[in-house]
Amino acid sequence: MAAVAGLVRRPLEQVSGLLLRRRFHRTAPAALQVTVREAINQGMDEELERDEKVFLLGEEVAQYDGAYKVSRGLWKKYGDKRIIDTPISEMGFAGIAVGAAMAGLRPICEFMTFNFSMQAIDQVINSAAKTYYMSGGLQSVPIVFRGPNGASAGVAAQHSQCFAAWYGHCPGLKVVSPWSSEDAKGLIKSAIRDNNPVVVLENELMYGVPFELPAEAQSKDFLIPIGKAKIERQGTHITIVSHSRPVGHCLEAATVLSKEGIECEVINMRTIRPMDIETIEASVMKTNHLITVEGGWPQFGVGAEICARIMEGPAFNFLDAPAVRVTGADVPMPYAKILEDNSVPQVKDIIFAIKKTLNI
Amino acid sequence: MRKMLAAVSRVLSGVSQKPASRVLVASRNFANDATFEIKKCDLHRLEEGPPVTTVLTREDGLKYYRTMQTVRRMELKADQLYKQKIIRGFCHLCDGQEACCVGLEAGINPTDHLITAYRAHGFTFTRGLSVREILAELTGRRGGCAKGKGGSMHMYAKNFYGGNGIVGAQVPLGAGIALACKYNGKDEVCLTLYGDGAANQGQIFEAYNMAALWKLPCIFICENNRYGMGTSVERAAASTDYYKRGDFIPGLRVDGMDILCVREATRFAAAYCRSGKGPILMELQTYRYHGHSMSDPGVSYRTREEIQEVRSKSDPIMLLKDRMVNSNLASVEELKEIDVEVRKEIEDAAQFATADPEPPLEELGYHIYCSDPPFEVRGANQWIKFKSIS
Repeated sequence: MAAVAGLVRRPLEQVSGLLLRRRFHRTAPAALQVTVREAINQGMDEELERDEKVFLLGEEVAQYDGAYKVSRGLWKKYGDKRIIDTPISEMGFAGIAVGAAMAGLRPICEFMTFNFSMQAIDQVINSAAKTYYMSGGLQSVPIVFRGPNGASAGVAAQHSQCFAAWYGHCPGLKVVSPWSSEDAKGLIKSAIRDNNPVVVLENELMYGVPFELPAEAQSKDFLIPIGKAKIERQGTHITIVSHSRPVGHCLEAATVLSKEGIECEVINMRTIRPMDIETIEASVMKTNHLITVEGGWPQFGVGAEICARIMEGPAFNFLDAPAVRVTGADVPMPYAKILEDNSVPQVKDIIFAIKKTLNI
Repeated sequence: MRKMLAAVSRVLSGVSQKPASRVLVASRNFANDATFEIKKCDLHRLEEGPPVTTVLTREDGLKYYRTMQTVRRMELKADQLYKQKIIRGFCHLCDGQEACCVGLEAGINPTDHLITAYRAHGFTFTRGLSVREILAELTGRRGGCAKGKGGSMHMYAKNFYGGNGIVGAQVPLGAGIALACKYNGKDEVCLTLYGDGAANQGQIFEAYNMAALWKLPCIFICENNRYGMGTSVERAAASTDYYKRGDFIPGLRVDGMDILCVREATRFAAAYCRSGKGPILMELQTYRYHGHSMSDPGVSYRTREEIQEVRSKSDPIMLLKDRMVNSNLASVEELKEIDVEVRKEIEDAAQFATADPEPPLEELGYHIYCSDPPFEVRGANQWIKFKSIS
């Protein structure tokens, strides 16, 4: 039953592909329930197995099984050489990871949260991102920086910042932001295979969330291309663009509004940089309305960039209303629950913004 | 292709017409080698250090002399080109420090690895790039080793990782390269250089810790030229014993003006690392004649007398020359000939670097990503687009 539901959700071409592939499976492909955490774990495990140059380093990634248990079981399977516990030295171990990548290895550098990446941001930008360009194409840096990004629950200001805009700003970097398990698995695998520095912005609150992993995503060669957005839900009245956990809130808002006859098209960006503006433009040209939804701060954010690009492109003339942004509140994240809840975009905020845009 | 051309040009420039004086020189009997005493290194956490005598062959001596002289003249040419505004931006020269880059290279294999900061032209040469491609990179031309995209501080070669502009950032990078050496199990080592100014960066201590913890084959090398920009070591460091700053990492303090001392210390350090004992630290006591960079005259924080004293007593090229001549390893005339050849090589390279065109504007967007299909890069406004290829 779940398998059929999975098939129905997919666009036609993929359904027929799946149907064709069905003939070659001995058993019907189970729609597997996999949490985001498990998906990242699987993705890393598969890539570690596939290429011996891949290794993981970071705080507590080995013997502790990962601060958030994302790397559970990997140290036991691959040992000290490939899964390395580091001291609390972000700048140092990020630099070490970049140097190892320059010398031909393929490191996965975990930041326990991206807040701590600020200590190492020079290595990410100046040593990793810019090097291929500065060297005139001589020196590549095949590295992945990954870890949880953005708001968690009750961890307050220093542990809740979203870095999508900061890393998305820089040429030479690729930046991805998975939402679902399928996203997480496909994107981490693509990131590891990519010969460029890739920042993978995970989300701690999503780690434990289960999703159906479609059959093709269970393959060891399943990859999601970096730079391509996904339309999670087709709609006609308004385009909602989002990334990471807020995608789920957008789908919830869409479900609520559907009962009122408003059909929202929800786009899951999947990649922050290079941004798939074409998918967004095509959607806006269909729906004539746009809102962006992100967890990060409003100023100079992901939504701001989308709005600017929409103005520059063909979709502007199709807008029936100004594009609208839904973002985190423009404050350092407070601790008290009522304050924290109102510092991140909630479903009601998304619905309100949609109705305002549609003048309802 | 470019490497082949560089090799061919090196061979051709080596095979020059022999003037009449050569005949005289060839008929004279030189010693094949000579033994020299070198200064004992100060040791930290080491029972024994490098040997206090070393054998220099005539062949090696001539090679070191030529190489140091080439670096010297290349740097002086860069000074000239900078003053003519043909080189722009930052230009950090290493004249005075030639024994470091040449001596280090003499102590390792081409398959070993090296990374340094921004005073990198000498290392770029000793690691295998030609004067031509270095000067052309300084002048920002398409024939530059980084196609004009990098400039003075961003030159790369095989097993040479630059050229790094952020003070101290190259040290964790070097430890990472050493990690790759250990991971690959090929007995290679990584020389990771930084200056006396950078020695106070926190990330260096993070790198020391991890390198020691994981026994990485990393030779940390502090090129102590006494001044971090305009700040003397006494004004910057609570402890100026840079060779001890690695604490639990054994260290040596080396006379960085004596190429033989540097070579022996490097051999010692490399053997230590290759044996799997972990990292080691070398402090090279050296001196730069120029200011910190071309925008620093270099005389506001030190006296002209000091500079002159080092030049007359400790110049690395002079020291090698005196040794070779006094031990009959070479004649004054022979070395003068090398000087002439070097000058010509530099002159030709400078000609090229001045005449070569700038990179084509179309390449502005190239090399953002590696191994990717072509895409478009935005220019100064939304209508200006540059193609980006890998």
